[in-house]
Amino acid sequence: MPQLSIWLMALAAASFTAKVTAADAELMRVTAAMKNSFEAKRQATLDRLDQDETQALCTSYTDSPLPPAIAQRIAAANRATIRPPAAGQYLGDWKRGEQIAETGTGLQFSDDPSKPAGGNCYACHELSGVEMAFGTIGPSLRHYGKLRGATTVVLEMAWGKLYNSNAQTPCSNMPRFGHRGILTEQQLKDVMAYLFDSASPVNQ
Amino acid sequence: MSMIRCTTLVSLAVLIVSSPATLRAETSTVDAIAEYHAMFGDENPAELWQLRGKNLWEQPRGPKNVALSKCDLGLGAGVIDGAYAQLPRWFDDTQRVQDLESRLVFCMVTLQGFAEERLLKTRFGDGPKKSELEALTAYLVAASRGHKVAVSLTHPAEQAAYDLGRGAFFYRAGPHDFACATCHGEAGKRIRLQVLPKLTEVEGARSAYTSWPAYRVSQGELRTMEWRLADCFRQQRLPQLKYGSEIAIGLTMFLAKNANGGVMTAPAIKR
Ligand code: HEC
Ligand code: HEC
Repeated sequence: MPQLSIWLMALAAASFTAKVTAADAELMRVTAAMKNSFEAKRQATLDRLDQDETQALCTSYTDSPLPPAIAQRIAAANRATIRPPAAGQYLGDWKRGEQIAETGTGLQFSDDPSKPAGGNCYACHELSGVEMAFGTIGPSLRHYGKLRGATTVVLEMAWGKLYNSNAQTPCSNMPRFGHRGILTEQQLKDVMAYLFDSASPVNQ
Repeated sequence: MSMIRCTTLVSLAVLIVSSPATLRAETSTVDAIAEYHAMFGDENPAELWQLRGKNLWEQPRGPKNVALSKCDLGLGAGVIDGAYAQLPRWFDDTQRVQDLESRLVFCMVTLQGFAEERLLKTRFGDGPKKSELEALTAYLVAASRGHKVAVSLTHPAEQAAYDLGRGAFFYRAGPHDFACATCHGEAGKRIRLQVLPKLTEVEGARSAYTSWPAYRVSQGELRTMEWRLADCFRQQRLPQLKYGSEIAIGLTMFLAKNANGGVMTAPAIKR
């Protein structure tokens, strides 16, 4: 587990409390067991079990509140990954965005890797007033653009949330769609349009 | 229920769910189950698996042509009443903590002489490709109906399995950063319309654990806990969970311990 050891060494160097060290030892044991317990299947290869620094820290602090210094560190590392869209064009086509929000497939070993992944926003969020089969892990996004307007600051914030949710909310339960390459820049723009376009069902 | 009646039920069930207008993925669990009961009453096709499993348990089989009646599920050779409710547990003969499914594989290999590879190839059934492990599991789980879940952590290896399962439950990984806790860490949340039990607390853990294994209407198959865990890992975008692996057994131990005291009702009927 070369990746993990680097984070653990960094942690040790920063000399956190004994509690963190115990948690890290436990995390190393779990990581090793995870690697013994899976086999690669199609696009779901074993490297998916490797944690990046954000995942390892968020796992370690599942039970205790994130110390502010760690939260800041996660936020900063994730903020640094955000790439704004070309030419400052945040909005694409809301109709394609709706498709992406409805689509739950993508990156599972049972999915066709030649098809673009969905965003599966409806798994966790309410969006339009028409789709009633929405989940509740995330907040309602009903009337998102209508309530907030579409100023540059608001668009930048929403882009940042979609690109890398952990920049604003360390250890968010929302996937980091841009940073982890789940959605392409064009797909992110389409989903943005779904949130902000006044013609989008989200804002009706 | 009669065998013939039961077979008709199953094929009907398959027909109904394969019609997308009747039961779409979005249909809520509650609606789907209500719909199912409206069609079929309280009959549970899991009984077909139980019946097949009873035969597999009692008949002499395998290269060594012996029955599984010498298989010790933890309460003594051949004792099946209430055995599932106390699994996973430590076994002296294997020097391992085992769940029902890995224990069955062990018994079928050592007592009956089956090749492990052959058993694992059909660990999950698929239409005409029937799984012996699913059938045996259905039969043995039903023999714990009415028993309270009572796993123990007194052996250090049992405690270690629990700790590992707990660690795996919170382990964030993969392109989506999901852990089990992402979807099962808070009560009253949903994915689409599917209600997600909070598996770290007594109430949610009991409702989930005591109802699995289950007959899955959407698949027309009986599914075991090993299947349930592997399928949630698939949704988590992780690779294939190995059958009987330490994470599979650890997570089962974690869920079972959290559900201790709950009364077993499985095999249930699920969406
Ligand atoms: C697995 C669950 C999950 C999925 C899938 C998901 N989200 Fe989220 N989302 C959350 C959670 C939890 C929050 C609150 C924490 C946060 O802000 O990071 C959130 C927050 C947000 C916010 C900020 C809300 C605010 O108050 O301003 C936006 C915008 C958003 N999500 C959009 C989306 C879109 C668009 C998609 C699909 C491309 C999506 N989400 C997919 C869980 C999810
Ligand atoms: C991306 C979301 C997601 C993740 C991650 C996830 N699950 Fe699930 N889980 C579900 C959904 C949705 C259901 C309900 C499935 C259904 O109704 O068909 C479910 C059902 C279950 C059940 C059966 C509950 C019942 O009452 O029938 C168990 C047990 C379970 N999950 C355990 C786990 C474990 C352990 C993990 C981690 C290895 C995990 N889940 C990860 C979404 C998830």
